[in-house]
Amino acid sequence: MIFLTRRATFSASHYYWNQSWSEEKNRQVFGRCSNRNGHGHNYTLEVTVAGDPDRLTGFVVDLKWLKDVMEREVLSAWDHRHLNLEVPEFDAIMPTCENIAIAAWRRLEPAISAAAGARLATIRVYETPEIFAEYRGPQEQVLGAGAQHRGES
Amino acid sequence: MTAYFGRRYMLSASHRLHCDGLTEDQNRAAYGKCNNPHGHGHNYIIEVLIGGAVSPETGMVINLVDLDAVVQTHVLDRFDLVNLNLDPLFTAQVPTTENLCREIFRIVRDSLPTDPPDLNLEYVRVEETENNFFQCYNL
Repeated sequence: MIFLTRRATFSASHYYWNQSWSEEKNRQVFGRCSNRNGHGHNYTLEVTVAGDPDRLTGFVVDLKWLKDVMEREVLSAWDHRHLNLEVPEFDAIMPTCENIAIAAWRRLEPAISAAAGARLATIRVYETPEIFAEYRGPQEQVLGAGAQHRGES
Repeated sequence: MTAYFGRRYMLSASHRLHCDGLTEDQNRAAYGKCNNPHGHGHNYIIEVLIGGAVSPETGMVINLVDLDAVVQTHVLDRFDLVNLNLDPLFTAQVPTTENLCREIFRIVRDSLPTDPPDLNLEYVRVEETENNFFQCYNL
């Protein structure tokens, strides 16, 4: 099994605001990110697919194909957009790094699953070089070794 | 919905790799330049990945302010701009980056907020230089 990762960047704006909270609580929990005029990031999207290399081509998936899928399914909808105001999946959920990773999974998974021999393994979204989130799909029930060891100690 | 939140921090510290159980020659053979008696330093990058449920209220696994507070208080305040060999954690073990990585894993794991519940430390990664890094998933 080989894990192959393709990286792409997009630039978008967002803010954090929970409608059911007071202005004061929004400011307390989300700090400067609650500014309703929004702010922006250069996001990096990393898409990791897993599979065995094809016997003839040696590819897990064709990287050009994966680039096109990422462009069509994600970047064309998100790049240079305001995520809260222009991207439907964030009408009701906060465009945090975590939710952006989950939303990218949902956009990409059907197209990647349809390609023979590969499955989507991980989505990683960097909001800055120091802040990122990862999603490994809805099947993941058991967290990593940390969970087991917290239980043991 | 399980997801992971990751954050990278930097700390600068010095260390000397030297094992009291080895002779001077053996130390030089094992650690080379890192055995220099006066020590040397690195800008260490500490990467932390936290797993947990995404809160429907905040859209977050953990608020980065809360994670920053844990790492600042328990890791950066302790290890930034110090000589690692002088920390009590490294009196009985050599402050290799392997051991530093394990100790930071233990410290962060034991200091995670209890609210939200069921947060898990997936890994701690310590980059000693751009070319060397170490990752700890459990102890």
